[in-house]
Amino acid sequence: MIAERGTRIINLVQAVNEALDLALERDPRVVLFGEDVGKMGGVFRASDGLQPKYGDKRVFDTPLAESGIVGFAIGMAMAGLRPVAEIQFAGFLYPALDQILSHLGRMRHRTRGRFTIPLVIRAPYGGGVKTPEQHADSPEAILCHVPGVKVIIPSSPERAKGLLLSAIEDPDPVFFLEAIKLYRGVKAEVPEGYYTLPIGKARVVREGSAATLIAYGGMVEVCQKAAEVAAREGVELEVIDVETLVPLDTPTLVESVAKTGRAVVVYEAMRTGGFGAEIAARLAEEALDYLEAPIVRVAGWDAPYPPFSAVENFYRPDAKRVLEAVRQVLTH
Amino acid sequence: MDTVRYLDDDGKPLRDIPLSEEELLAGYRALRRARHFDERALVLQRQGRLGVYPPFRGQEAAQVGVALCLEPSRDWLLPSYRETAAAITFGMPLSKLILSWRADPAGWGAPPEVNMVQFYIPIATQVPQAAGVAHALRLQGKDAVAAVFIGDGGTSEGDFHEGLNFASVFDAPLLVVVQNNGWAISVPTQKQMKVQRIALKAQGYGIPGVTVDGNDLVAVWTVARKAAARARAGEGPTLIEALTYRVAPHTSSDDPGRYRTEDEAEAWKKRDPIDRMRGCLLHLGLWDEEKERALSEELEAEFVAAVEEADKASEPRPWEIVEQVYAEMQPDQQAAWNYLHGGEA
Repeated sequence: MIAERGTRIINLVQAVNEALDLALERDPRVVLFGEDVGKMGGVFRASDGLQPKYGDKRVFDTPLAESGIVGFAIGMAMAGLRPVAEIQFAGFLYPALDQILSHLGRMRHRTRGRFTIPLVIRAPYGGGVKTPEQHADSPEAILCHVPGVKVIIPSSPERAKGLLLSAIEDPDPVFFLEAIKLYRGVKAEVPEGYYTLPIGKARVVREGSAATLIAYGGMVEVCQKAAEVAAREGVELEVIDVETLVPLDTPTLVESVAKTGRAVVVYEAMRTGGFGAEIAARLAEEALDYLEAPIVRVAGWDAPYPPFSAVENFYRPDAKRVLEAVRQVLTH
Repeated sequence: MDTVRYLDDDGKPLRDIPLSEEELLAGYRALRRARHFDERALVLQRQGRLGVYPPFRGQEAAQVGVALCLEPSRDWLLPSYRETAAAITFGMPLSKLILSWRADPAGWGAPPEVNMVQFYIPIATQVPQAAGVAHALRLQGKDAVAAVFIGDGGTSEGDFHEGLNFASVFDAPLLVVVQNNGWAISVPTQKQMKVQRIALKAQGYGIPGVTVDGNDLVAVWTVARKAAARARAGEGPTLIEALTYRVAPHTSSDDPGRYRTEDEAEAWKKRDPIDRMRGCLLHLGLWDEEKERALSEELEAEFVAAVEEADKASEPRPWEIVEQVYAEMQPDQQAAWNYLHGGEA
């Protein structure tokens, strides 16, 4: 379907903007709001041009209060709308954790389906662009530990657009984290018009046989770079883009490891308790028989994300660190 | 700032009552219906036929007076765990409420014609949600309002502030009802806040705040009706502080003897909302012992039938734990469901 469409070269934030535009156009229940989302079009311009097009009843600014935004959005979703709330940075989600942990993913369960929360919470996450303190956090593991929500982290403009449209159609709450590094860092062909991509599917973005690199969001690009370097030395690495963290597509990961026998899991959040630990645990449970080396994680160090930008690159995993891990699993 | 009152402590009208005779009689019936449930629920709890139960004795008028202004299939109610009286008046079937306090999932979902969200356990988180519900109703062009209940302790939470601020900024059609019952479990209102009139906090949001005698059904009903009319007219939310008293323990597991003497509760029992309303009806010549007896019999029959209905519900099954997590069951829930069914995980 997608292949038959016309495409344009756009970046990830433009792809998000297109998806929001199409969702607003298609479904009158969709409303968009958050801090600086309306008049200004968002700090990253994800909602640029949408308030003039759809009016300030459907695209609007809110007071500066994240718990209020998420609580308000939960109420709007319960009462029949399809809100898309923006949290300005994922590191600003923390004031809303009570709403998220106590209610967001529980409402369907605690009312036996009488009330549901078809809500998308978008937030830019991750480092690599020299932002101030708290602006580079990767809190996806916290969100994945909330029952009843889905968590999506796209790795390219094309995937972002289709997955965001799927998230907005989804009957349950979805967190949609967008890597800040990719917002304007990558341009790629994106199909025109409305299309959706499946939630809950991981995909092989590069085939290889020596080892499997597993990543999501901003780290997929890093793994692809590492795979290119390795290929020049004759080592073919498989790269998997997890894409949906919850529900996790374990079979695709297991299938790849069954082929390669080696796995490196890459994520930029702090290593301990990170989502890569969940991936490693699932592989240990379901793919141990295929493994020829211990699973290795490449992640952020167990320290706060450094707000001193000169050394930021030493925190966020890069191709060099990924290749060191590859060497480790290959020489075990 | 005056407290709105229509009845004295004995129920004698202090001024003209803006309610019809039918309304007064319906109001008294609603109070007695709530009280009957509360008394019988505590008995069921002692018999081990309910779980932990938070009684609302003494707070009936503060809840019933608001719920009487709402229409369940049009308006919305977001109650905290203390508001079973509001739920009953709003139209929740008694059998569902019994199941709900039995911790049986069969009681958790309101019927389609009753827009009540299941009782909230965390404190004040429902306030921003209620603002969102109210705003969504308005955006959809519905002539509807939402009512949210919290207690005096709930006003200390950040979500109370954020919810009121959102509601006022968006002129959401919302009634924020604070039952100031004197206690947040063991902490008295004087230790909870420096401001002793919770309604004054409304000024911080540029909205009306009203303190009402929460044990005076006529006063609560009249104040809530005005706030609802204001909300429906697009003029935004109202903060209603209902002064009342939790004469009963916090829950069936609480021992108030550890933190308060009974003197205060005894004084408040003399201002019991039901006695006052009955006093009002007697004063107006609308009530007699015969009617009282007939009402008691009717309410007991209704409660017995509700218990019978509730008892028909089958015990929750283990696999229900992983149902209703998502609209469509996902692989991890499916594996757990299979296991809980006794099959292979």
